[in-house]
Amino acid sequence: MIKKILNNFQVGVLAVSSFITSIVVLLIIIFLFKEGSGVFSKSLLEDGYVLVVNSRNTVNSIAPKDIKNIFDQKIISWKELGGADSAIQLFSIDDISEYYSEEQIGSDLEYMDTCINNYIVNHPSVLAYFPKKNIAKKFNGKEIKVGTMGLYEFVKGREWLPTARPVVQMGILPLILGTLMVSLGAILLALPFGLVTAIYMAEIAHPVWRRIMKPVIELLAGIPSVVFGFFGLIVIVPMVQKVCHIDVGETALAGSIVLGIMALPTIISIAEDAIRNVPNNMREASLALGATQWQTIRSVVIPYAKSGIWAGIILGVGRAVGETMAVLMVTGNASNMPTTFLQPVRTIPATIAAELGETSAGGLHYSALFALGCVLFLMTMVLNVYVQVALKKKSK
Amino acid sequence: MAQIETKDLNFYYGQAQALRNINIAMEKNSVTAFIGPSGCGKSTLLRLFNRMNDLIDGSRIEGSVMIDGADIYARNVNVEDLRKKVGMVFQKPNPFPKSIFENVAYGLRVNGISSRSEIEGIVEASLQSAALWSEVKDKLNKSALQLSGGQQQRLCIARALAVAPSILLMDEPASALDPISTSKIEELIFELKKQYTIVIVTHSMQQAARVSDRTAFFYMGVMVEFDDTTTIFTNPKEERTLNYVTGRFG
Repeated sequence: MIKKILNNFQVGVLAVSSFITSIVVLLIIIFLFKEGSGVFSKSLLEDGYVLVVNSRNTVNSIAPKDIKNIFDQKIISWKELGGADSAIQLFSIDDISEYYSEEQIGSDLEYMDTCINNYIVNHPSVLAYFPKKNIAKKFNGKEIKVGTMGLYEFVKGREWLPTARPVVQMGILPLILGTLMVSLGAILLALPFGLVTAIYMAEIAHPVWRRIMKPVIELLAGIPSVVFGFFGLIVIVPMVQKVCHIDVGETALAGSIVLGIMALPTIISIAEDAIRNVPNNMREASLALGATQWQTIRSVVIPYAKSGIWAGIILGVGRAVGETMAVLMVTGNASNMPTTFLQPVRTIPATIAAELGETSAGGLHYSALFALGCVLFLMTMVLNVYVQVALKKKSK
Repeated sequence: MAQIETKDLNFYYGQAQALRNINIAMEKNSVTAFIGPSGCGKSTLLRLFNRMNDLIDGSRIEGSVMIDGADIYARNVNVEDLRKKVGMVFQKPNPFPKSIFENVAYGLRVNGISSRSEIEGIVEASLQSAALWSEVKDKLNKSALQLSGGQQQRLCIARALAVAPSILLMDEPASALDPISTSKIEELIFELKKQYTIVIVTHSMQQAARVSDRTAFFYMGVMVEFDDTTTIFTNPKEERTLNYVTGRFG
């Protein structure tokens, strides 16, 4: 009787704890997506500021992208925004002293609001940008609605300027490309070396040599990533700079090399296990037919271990995609669209790590970084699902 | 002249001696059965004939193994060529996880035959010889792992035959199979001995009696007796042989 109660209790504890763990994991993911989704509902205008036009202006809202173009003087006429054929006259609160004397504004800026209002009323083609608190009590201007950002703009936008004024630019395409590029480069570098080493260790190396090599390579996995980053900064970056004859060594290539080295132990260790798990009778069957050792490895052992080797590669990629510190230290972190491996790039994890400290909680920038986290999560999840499928295929 | 002959053969796994002073000679186109209790060295001896034991670290051989009059452990011997001449069928069916066709074609491909028509011809002939053709001719591109155990073992025999060996070593080829599959393998051995010299290791005394011309009885690394199969089973000279074949030990 007591035994039964005890058993039920133990089973219950297991069930409850696994249930709670699952819920917590789910909650974390929900939290991530909830915070991230904020980026699509918040105004892109700098917090606390408004954009105002003359009340007779027919334009009611301006897309965030156009606002940037207006302030960059790429759009100069209201006509381009669907309004009257007149030049846009920009007004910023910093310019107020050019138009009104100190007496008019008042020594304590007490008439500032009225001055701004007057200016807007007197200038039909004005586009004024000033803090919300300076809206006069008897306000005669018209506030412009700034649209929120769509998913498409977020993912396809080519500019990542999260602190730009008056509107931020949050296109994450350069960050996605930067992440993919650094990871792809890392895998292209790590794959041949990793596979060759795994095959050598599993099939060719003397057991004594193997027993020395394997722990040494696995030791590589235990080195903190910041140390790899430091190594990259001191050794790889100058090397890249010298070998490629470029001005700045902090490039995607440097990131790929450092990440490649970091992905090696995972790839080697898992691929080696997969190769060693090939039943010996497969090798014997091949050798007994007069195949050489290399023919046996190429035509029997590797095809047999293929899915396991793939799992190793993908776990290695997963590490590369999510790696933050080492990449942050060696890739230069310029958020422009990468075109070659010899340019500085900025990856998603590096962006989050570098910028989160500067954001205000709940703000647009903060939400955007969470949304970046969601993108990264989805990228690695696709990889992980692929690993699961590959492993399942193997076990069949 | 004997096709396989050993002289004063000793074999060691590290410190342990697995074979002691073996002198045996096997004629062309004969079937020789190796019998004896587990661990007696019969499989070890078989695997010396195609140098499969080379793969085992710390193994060591003394004496000589002659095949067609040449010492196969001489320095200038090409092991791959030897293994082409001396085919092997293992205890557990071990087809590659490839198609039926590719399993048989594998030995041809690794030996440099690339003509599609030539490979197709040899694959069909080998499957015919292994009495498997009629069962698989419509599904040559299906995975070999879908075949039954008995079919897999005959596929392994076909695979070994494809590289045109003159000797076929069989390491308990029917021990993992059901009685019907076993009898098919035994019939096959009967057919194959017209063209091949066969050495078969078996745990089944009945099987040795049914398929072999000559039988060697091994015990603890020593070849106790080697004679015509009928003599071994009806009138052995050694008492240990008599005890074993009558089931009194082992």
